[in-house]
Amino acid sequence: MPNGTESIVNEATGTIEVDLQARQVRKFRAQDSAFHYVTMLFALVVLAALVGILISLSVEAMPSLKEFGPAFLWTNVWSVPDDQYGALIAIYGTLTTSFIALLIAVPVSFGIALFLTETCPVPLRRPLGTAIELLAGVPSIIYGIWGLFIFAPLFADHVQPHLQALLGGVPVIGGWFSGPPIGIGILTAGIVLSLMVIPFIASVMRDVFETVPPILKESAYGVGCTTWEVVRNIVLPYTRVGVIGGIMLGLGRALGETMAVTFVIGNANRIGASLFSPGNSIASTLANEFAEADPGLHVSSLFALGLVLFVITFIVLAISRWLIRRGMGAEGL
Amino acid sequence: MHKSKSFACRLAGMAAAMAIGIGASAPALAADITGAGATFPYAIYTKWAEAYSAATGKRVNYQGIGSSGGVKQIRAKTVDFGGTDAPLKEEELDAAGLVQVPTVMGAVTIVVNLPGIASGQLKLDGPTAAEIFRGAIRKWNDPAIAKLNPGLGLPDMAITVAHRSDGSGTTYVFTHYLAKQSAAFMREVGAGNTVNWPANAVGGKGNPGVAATVTKVRGAIGYVDIADAMKSDMVYAALKNKAGNYIVPNQAAVADAASGANFKVKGMAPDLLDQAHRNAWPITSATYILAYEKGADPAKQKAVVDFFTWSLNNGQKMAEELGFVPLPAGVVKMVEAEMKNIK
Repeated sequence: MPNGTESIVNEATGTIEVDLQARQVRKFRAQDSAFHYVTMLFALVVLAALVGILISLSVEAMPSLKEFGPAFLWTNVWSVPDDQYGALIAIYGTLTTSFIALLIAVPVSFGIALFLTETCPVPLRRPLGTAIELLAGVPSIIYGIWGLFIFAPLFADHVQPHLQALLGGVPVIGGWFSGPPIGIGILTAGIVLSLMVIPFIASVMRDVFETVPPILKESAYGVGCTTWEVVRNIVLPYTRVGVIGGIMLGLGRALGETMAVTFVIGNANRIGASLFSPGNSIASTLANEFAEADPGLHVSSLFALGLVLFVITFIVLAISRWLIRRGMGAEGL
Repeated sequence: MHKSKSFACRLAGMAAAMAIGIGASAPALAADITGAGATFPYAIYTKWAEAYSAATGKRVNYQGIGSSGGVKQIRAKTVDFGGTDAPLKEEELDAAGLVQVPTVMGAVTIVVNLPGIASGQLKLDGPTAAEIFRGAIRKWNDPAIAKLNPGLGLPDMAITVAHRSDGSGTTYVFTHYLAKQSAAFMREVGAGNTVNWPANAVGGKGNPGVAATVTKVRGAIGYVDIADAMKSDMVYAALKNKAGNYIVPNQAAVADAASGANFKVKGMAPDLLDQAHRNAWPITSATYILAYEKGADPAKQKAVVDFFTWSLNNGQKMAEELGFVPLPAGVVKMVEAEMKNIK
């Protein structure tokens, strides 16, 4: 308490000092409760913003939801000239690109985090760790420009033809890699997204791997475990909650990413059988069409798409919370 | 405790400083005029505004928010003038009490990425272009293209159609041209700011996005406005006009198309597509501004008229330098007469 020095200075003046202290205590109490309410107000602003966004999205989306009903969610049409809208194309694009991104990013991030915490030479740790954090700070538009101008042409010339030659004949999977290799499309968007989420997932994983008590790991090494056995049986079970949290953080970023995806996904309003074919995600549809949307159903359907993205993100968050809670229960933490 | 007091003081001080800052900037804005709309003329309006401000000290602020946004904003009376590439119809103008005049001309060009083929070498006519852009012709060595290009080595390569993914006046002009050429195009793809492109199409954001797609994807064909095509050294196709001549896109060909059109219609928006003049570029368009016939603030109404009168008389060279095509002299006179209705 800052008043400690003041009361010592006033020690000689008996009763007055008591009054003074009582007054001060009242004052501090008022300050405390004011502080409490001010911080609560700030916290409530967040809640109010969230509810406000949800309400305004719903209100604006209402004409479209009334017109198309729940079928909006699974209608495979997005046609401005015919004024027919369905969210399936955009939902498919959003989920597929995010799934591809995680499919690549999770193992790679896992490898990065393990290397950094378990086997990396000490002098390399800091520079590598910093590099990953820097990668997380690169603005998404940079990834988009790089994806369109550098990555897509290289991918079209040097990767897609080989993928086609290698997997084109395989039943089912072959279809995913058919079509002209133009370098722009769902697969490219997924790969660019994976690069964007790797730093997030890797740095969270590294941080949680570092929380494993050395004594546990050293004991395991002491009884003759290999590095992999230590990771598999000690590090992973101990950090499962944090690892899931990191993956969900990456997924959240991938679902909502707009600019980079808009650059490389091809912005075509249809679902192609091939991963090489262009598509559209919820965020990129919004980015593309909002500015010039015709008033009426078009604008309303875009709001409805926004609402769908909101709900998807909410579901992902809820699942991750649930997984984390379940994980914590199992570990007794 | 002392600390918290001084912190509160500082907060209050900051708030006061901010309030003063806001107050100080308000009067400066009041004398200016604001426009918003089509992105296509953004470069020239901004250039004109800069030169106008240097010459007269009056400020004009234009925001490129898109044609439909421009119409929306002028209807909502949030701006002093709106810009649009898609002209409003006579009855829409009458209903809203708006005056519409053209300011500058532009054109849409077809650009391609074909190995070994230079600008102007590839020849297309309207119906063939419509077949390509509706996805009916899928290969560059298709007999329909080969027939127009005897002797040109066309590769056995898949065609990728590059288009604007954002709603756009460029798309509006281009699809209206193709829809005039082919009923099938109109039926399947449609004509407007945003349309249903075929399965071999890839969308890019903005003219630069389409330009990047065409430059980076071999076998791509796309459309960009003439200023962007000239700036980025893209390979453009020659297009057959109504008179039967193959025309390469340039400012003279656009001016020729404009000189053949009759602007003496309400809204001053004649159909500039596929003009009959011998050297007319077929995909010619104009961009328009919208203002209120009877505005709430006469001073601002006059400021809008003054700005565009000044620009049309002093800014033609600037327009040319930026790749736009100035209105023919006769049309400028008509625009000045029409702007007398903005009061």
